[in-house]
Amino acid sequence: MKSSSTQAAELGAAAGVARQRRRRRPSVNSRSGLTPYLYLLPAFVAYAAFLLYPLIRAGQISLYEWDGLSLATFVGFDNYVEVLTDPELRASFVHALVLIFFYAVLPVIIGLALGAVLQRARVRGLAAFRTIVFLPQVIALVVVAIAWRQIYAPDGTLNSVLTSLGLQELARPWLGDYLLALPAVGLIGTWVQTGLVTVLLLAGMSRIPGDLYEAARLDGAGPVREFFAVTLPAVRGEIVVALTLTIIAALKTFDLIYVTTGGGPGNSTSVPSYEVFRRAFELGQVGSAAAIAIVLTVMIFLINLAVNRIGEREDA
Amino acid sequence: MISRSERLMNYVVLFLFAAMALGPVLIILANAFAPQSADAGGGFLGLHPGNFVDAWQQGNFSSYMLTSVAVAAIVVVSAAVLSILAGYAFGTMTFRGSQVLFYLFLLGIMVPAEAIVVPLFFDFRAVGLTNTLWAIALPQIAQSVAFGTFWMRASFRASSTSLIEAATLDGAGSFRTLISVLLPVARPAVVTLVVLTFMWTWNEFLIPLVMSPNGDLRTAPLALAFFQGQHVQETALLAAAAVLVALPVVVVYLLLQRHFIRGMLEGSVRE
Repeated sequence: MKSSSTQAAELGAAAGVARQRRRRRPSVNSRSGLTPYLYLLPAFVAYAAFLLYPLIRAGQISLYEWDGLSLATFVGFDNYVEVLTDPELRASFVHALVLIFFYAVLPVIIGLALGAVLQRARVRGLAAFRTIVFLPQVIALVVVAIAWRQIYAPDGTLNSVLTSLGLQELARPWLGDYLLALPAVGLIGTWVQTGLVTVLLLAGMSRIPGDLYEAARLDGAGPVREFFAVTLPAVRGEIVVALTLTIIAALKTFDLIYVTTGGGPGNSTSVPSYEVFRRAFELGQVGSAAAIAIVLTVMIFLINLAVNRIGEREDA
Repeated sequence: MISRSERLMNYVVLFLFAAMALGPVLIILANAFAPQSADAGGGFLGLHPGNFVDAWQQGNFSSYMLTSVAVAAIVVVSAAVLSILAGYAFGTMTFRGSQVLFYLFLLGIMVPAEAIVVPLFFDFRAVGLTNTLWAIALPQIAQSVAFGTFWMRASFRASSTSLIEAATLDGAGSFRTLISVLLPVARPAVVTLVVLTFMWTWNEFLIPLVMSPNGDLRTAPLALAFFQGQHVQETALLAAAAVLVALPVVVVYLLLQRHFIRGMLEGSVRE
């Protein structure tokens, strides 16, 4: 997984380029004109051949109806129209939106609440805490999926706990339930992302100067007012970054779905990335798959752009 | 002043959250050490470490782990070298088109694997590259180079300009300056890049899934997914296999966690 963090990595870069314009740096060997290009060449060749070119090819393929074997037929934007009109495909994008709630919104709310509580008193052991809550981020999603399958299984951990609490009527095959499978998968995302978001927000809160709180308290602000007047505005930047990282992770959910539900039951947990895979490599609808992939790429692009905008406005 | 009870509550909250993050990890560890069947005997102190041996052998993980190591080595080394060279150019040299080119690299950070894997598979198949290590490694090199160039550029830009000037005055060429002056200073950034690339490559799922349709070359996570298909009901065996697949990255994380957290957070917040 070229994970979400890389996605938002360019957040700061726009500002960086702007800074570069103002402050010319002395450069290495700026006289020999070819040198910089020679350093760039190997990276650029690899990047252009195996990322840029395939991306353009995906755009090209998306305009055709193609089963991957026989001759392709040009269909214009039909595959894109299908993304909007095909109920199954539309459903997969709606599922992605539901996942955004579990991957992004929920972790930010949890992280803010946790940060607000911890902010009021310095506690020891924060370093160990960071190490632990960040751990889900580094575990392969296939492993995460298998762990949670064992938790959600009909005879799994969750149902045994419910039974031992006398709540056996609540026990059910969580991932086999039409209504509950998607939230169940979503909660796995919440588990994975909450640590990242929390660590990010805690870092932001630790940079808030203490006298801001003193001033607020002198003004008679209680913990709630203090949170909304001081903490929340101060970590706006971190919230924006956290939302970008996690929203993109939600949009790219593939491994989790592939291993936990395979899109089922029915198509109640199918998501766009899974549709790309299924159509290109199982159903022989390569053009349609490419169109979904392009739509997904554009969505990720737009989210980054929007976040950059918000970030810039904040700087001004 | 913060009251003693509030401080106590903070520790309770910290503990609860840590428990929630660790819970699923502990559950799968417990399952991995559980008896495979009711008549499996007492085991060692009630634990059954033999599950790991069984999983390793039945899942043929020695060969799949080897594939994973090979892919990771190819991707990490090539991406690091290419990124350092490109980051050096972007970070310390002024040249025509540098901005446009840099934005082009940034674009790659945002492109999801889903978008490139479809055309790459059919193009690789046409030239007979599918079912090779290269089919799995090359797309990931390209993805890692996009991030790595961005990351190394930021690092070289931050390094002292007087260092570069001194080296140039000493008559060092640009390559000498990079190798003997800048790279030693940028070592922490390189380590971060290497561990992140290692983690992404080791954990990658979609690309190896697509690129080896005949199943000859499975990376460890992919082998685990197939292992699950064959052993759905064998909780202990499956859990043991899952732990084995996660272990290499988790060990590196525990050793170099600062690099993971720094790379994934600070790298994303600001340059």
